[in-house]
Amino acid sequence: MDFFIHLFINGLSVGLLYGVSALGFVMIFKSSSVLNFAHGQLLAIGAFAFLVLVSWLKLPVALAFLVTLCGSFALGFAVERVFLRPLIGESLIFVIMLTVGLASMLKGILLLFFGGNLQTYPDFLPGWLAVQAGSVYIPPVYVASSLLGIVFLVLFGLFFKYSPQGIFMRSVADNQTAALSLGVHVKKVFALSWAIAAMVASMSGVMLGIINGINVHEISSIGLKVFPVVILGGLDSIGGAIIGGMIIGLLETFTSGYISPSLRDVIPYIVLVAILLVKPYGLFGLVEIERV
Amino acid sequence: MGASNESLLVINNISVVYSDVIQVIKGVSLKVPRGRIVSLLGSNGAGKTTTLKAVSGLLKPENGRVTDGEIVFDGEKIHNLSPEEITRLGIIQVLEGRQPFKYLTVEENLRVGTATRWMKPYRQDLDLVYHYFPSLVQRRKTLAGYLSGGETQMLVMGRALMAHPRLLLLDEPSLGLAPLVVREIFRIIKRINEEQKTTIVLVEQNANMALRIAHYGYVMENGRVVMEGDSGYLRGNPDVKEFYLGVSAGGASRSYREVKSYKRRKRWL
Ligand SMILES: Nc1ncnc2c1ncn2[C@@H]1O[C@H](COP(=O)(O)OP(=O)(O)OP(=O)(O)O)[C@@H](O)[C@H]1O
Ligand SMILES: [Mg+2]
Repeated sequence: MDFFIHLFINGLSVGLLYGVSALGFVMIFKSSSVLNFAHGQLLAIGAFAFLVLVSWLKLPVALAFLVTLCGSFALGFAVERVFLRPLIGESLIFVIMLTVGLASMLKGILLLFFGGNLQTYPDFLPGWLAVQAGSVYIPPVYVASSLLGIVFLVLFGLFFKYSPQGIFMRSVADNQTAALSLGVHVKKVFALSWAIAAMVASMSGVMLGIINGINVHEISSIGLKVFPVVILGGLDSIGGAIIGGMIIGLLETFTSGYISPSLRDVIPYIVLVAILLVKPYGLFGLVEIERV
Repeated sequence: MGASNESLLVINNISVVYSDVIQVIKGVSLKVPRGRIVSLLGSNGAGKTTTLKAVSGLLKPENGRVTDGEIVFDGEKIHNLSPEEITRLGIIQVLEGRQPFKYLTVEENLRVGTATRWMKPYRQDLDLVYHYFPSLVQRRKTLAGYLSGGETQMLVMGRALMAHPRLLLLDEPSLGLAPLVVREIFRIIKRINEEQKTTIVLVEQNANMALRIAHYGYVMENGRVVMEGDSGYLRGNPDVKEFYLGVSAGGASRSYREVKSYKRRKRWL
């Protein structure tokens, strides 16, 4: 029973991080219809930036985390400006190919600097973060990553629901021409969605790095895991992305716990195919409002 | 005082081409005096929507371009500006076919109307919109996708009002609405023009209603202006009567086929 609970908590917190990073992916897709194949690299860049700041430059952890978040926000902005903006108006397949190219370029740069070995952060999470409930022990990483995941989710929700920029972003996702006709700066919305996506991705990258250690290949491959997550959740549903993330996280940990660790990365894709066969729009795909 | 001082908008002999080859507007000129309602009439495919988009800058996303002539707004040439810049000059287009943000609530839709000045307070503007369109008040929190056609038309017009337009371009506000609702909408358009001093270009197929509230009108056919005049003159003109007001000039109605060529089915682009 303890083993089950342990796996369950592990799966949920990893899954929450998958879900949160999938949110960024969904956001880019919703505002500009671009599938970002470089999403995993954004996670990896965040994870390695944090490594450099904490282990090499020995910055205080909180400061390093803040710098990582701000830096990746700026990076997302720059990527949109430099690579994506010139392609606005071109066929989507070009744009998607561009993100594939971007993915291998970023991965190459990371490999050049950090090599392909597993690296770890120094152990900095305080012990008091751990939770001991009866015989169940939850290590600090899981507590910290779940809390952070939830904080980001709430901030996300508030931003989209109430802030002007959040409402403009949703309007662009809803009807781009109508948004343009009212003077919404659609290009700024694209840039902002890349910036936020990169920031959230780097947060997930850092937390997953604390949990599993960081390795260029491993973290980059999480970018592919975003696909089963969002397809499970429906490509355009934010709540769906979170639930999708948790389901994939749970599937992974239970598979490696009860069946075999080597199947861990396979099961999500099998589930993905099965779900696509039954529900092509995902479990939580948007119900189209058809009225007018 | 030059003519450009009385006219808020001057369109001077423009041509518009889509995808670099399809020419749909061929030398259109028109003037919109300050504070007036000018109606743009014409059957399907005449080029009314294209003319409005040339003004608002929305041709670009559709791969359209003004190839000749110029568009002058308040003394400034605007035919090469982006929609972001044009909206900030105070030109707001209400698109054909009612396009609300379906998954945003009514009030969120209205808030998008503040995009051109989004750091500024907007409470008073909301009140103004609810004043003109009281039926939106109790639907504030409803998703716009669930509104009726009439409510949706009110919403998209209210959304445009939020932007403090100096020139409002309305594209077929009566499209597909019941006669009673159409009358209500036109009454509000007239009030907005009179009370807010908003200059309005009104594109319509419902010439009868449009000429009742407009001061001046243009009739377009095949990408050209074929007739223009005061509303009163146009309403009395036999051709306009026959083809747009549904009244036959000489008593004996013309053959059905002839009339029908002017009432081609609406194409959905
Ligand atoms: N994006 C486009 N690409 C190519 N041709 C277009 C495009 N949009 C419109 N056209 C063509 O331009 C012509 C004028 O269209 P427009 O929509 O301006 O007419 P309209 O007067 O608004 O008609 P309606 O009353 O049906 O709305 C039509 O022949 C149409 O097929
Ligand atoms: Mg039209």
